[in-house]
Amino acid sequence: MDIFTEKTILTVSRLTALLREVLEENFDQVWVEGEVSNLSLPSSGHIYFTLKDSGAQVRCVMFKSAAKNLKFRLSDGMAMIIRGRISVYDQRGEYQIISEYMEPAGIGALQMAFVQLKERLANEGLFDEAHKRPMPRFPKRVGVVTSPTGAAIHDILNVLKRRFASLEVLLYPVRVQGEGAALEIAAAIADMNRLAEVDVLIVGRGGGSLEDLWAFNEEILARAVRRSLIPVISAVGHETDWTICDFSADLRAPTPSAAAELVTASAAELRSQVESLAHRLRLGIESYLAGRESRLGMLRRAIHDPSTLVGHLAQRVDDLAERLSLGMENAMIRRREKLDRLDQSLLFKNPIYLIADVRQRMRRLESDNNRLMQSKLDEFKLAFGENAARLGVLSPLSTLARGYAIARRDMDGMVVTDAGRLAEGDLLRLNFHRGTATCRVESLEA
Amino acid sequence: MATEKFETSLKKLEEIVKRLEGGSLSLEESLKAFEEGVKHSAFCSNKLDEAERRVEVLLKRKDGSFDRVPFEPED
Repeated sequence: MDIFTEKTILTVSRLTALLREVLEENFDQVWVEGEVSNLSLPSSGHIYFTLKDSGAQVRCVMFKSAAKNLKFRLSDGMAMIIRGRISVYDQRGEYQIISEYMEPAGIGALQMAFVQLKERLANEGLFDEAHKRPMPRFPKRVGVVTSPTGAAIHDILNVLKRRFASLEVLLYPVRVQGEGAALEIAAAIADMNRLAEVDVLIVGRGGGSLEDLWAFNEEILARAVRRSLIPVISAVGHETDWTICDFSADLRAPTPSAAAELVTASAAELRSQVESLAHRLRLGIESYLAGRESRLGMLRRAIHDPSTLVGHLAQRVDDLAERLSLGMENAMIRRREKLDRLDQSLLFKNPIYLIADVRQRMRRLESDNNRLMQSKLDEFKLAFGENAARLGVLSPLSTLARGYAIARRDMDGMVVTDAGRLAEGDLLRLNFHRGTATCRVESLEA
Repeated sequence: MATEKFETSLKKLEEIVKRLEGGSLSLEESLKAFEEGVKHSAFCSNKLDEAERRVEVLLKRKDGSFDRVPFEPED
């Protein structure tokens, strides 16, 4: 083609066709990273958006055939890496990337899909605890939805065998990976619910890559699990593998083996409960009987051994006797003490002592008296000496010498100074200077 | 096994043990309770030991009905 050397006039269509040829030939597979904007998701299923960076932008389209393989949901602002070819949209004269594949920049596409779906279903309330059905305490029949050739069913049956669990297992064989696996599992769950023969459902598979486990991250399965009327245990991969199915299930088992243990846990618990009750039953009757026996023994001893009773009585008698003698002794002691006291006071009042006492007092008084008499005598002697002279002057004896006489009534010795006190016939004794005479009153003249 | 029957029996066993442990029963009542308890405990144990580990595979027919065949794991 020599359009650059000759003046060839092209139609717009021709030019555009030429450009398309050039672009499609040279850019049949490119990888481009940029930010999604102007995202449009019409009902046709095609995806339209612009990929841009700070300096430029390019139109992109992902047709339905490729878009249906997208696990995550595209949104404005997401940093994406897209793979595609450059083409030209003739009608608009625009070139665009026809994307066949895209993945979030930074994390993998599946990772992104997982995060997005989890968030969306969580917001919807699909994982709410309130929806979780309780596990049957004692399941008799367990439904297992998994591959008949996989590790999961093998592990589950091993655990059940080891635990001697009396469980019936109904296996619903499904594909657990690849296109359509999620739909198959979801349908199996629905079938199991229709059959309504099992008490609990284990849905799962053995370990694998994120891609292998992907069926368990699909929305259709998550919803089927939530819709199930039979409680569902999700048992996917290993302990570290978390799937959307785990979140929507009623119970998440870290592994299929663990799921088998969970369904038999209650049976094991019941077994130990029955054993414990049986033990308590035996213990209960034994302790009851032992109690009765010991009480019976006590009663029997009391009945069969009257000596015990006699012994008690004898003891009581002894006791009373002791108290009695003690009482008497005490009384005696009290009385003796009283007697002693009386005795003592009687001793003090003994007349011998009294007499002695009186004698002593008499002797004391006598000697006092003597001493007093002596002193009085001495006193009198002295006074007498003094008064003797004066006595010579005043003595009636001298008066008598002068012829006077002293008359005294004979019956009482009264000195007569008043004749009036005499009666006729009274005897009078007359004291003269020398001697006396007794005279009779003959007459009285007052 | 009817699960209800097991549960009922277990419950009765529980009650009997409690009554017996309460110690207010007469000798005759105690012996009778014990006897009854032994029966329930044996029943429950037997039910738990009934090892009927059947493993079947469900096979869906074209008309939507199911066949059950014994499961033979390929070891």
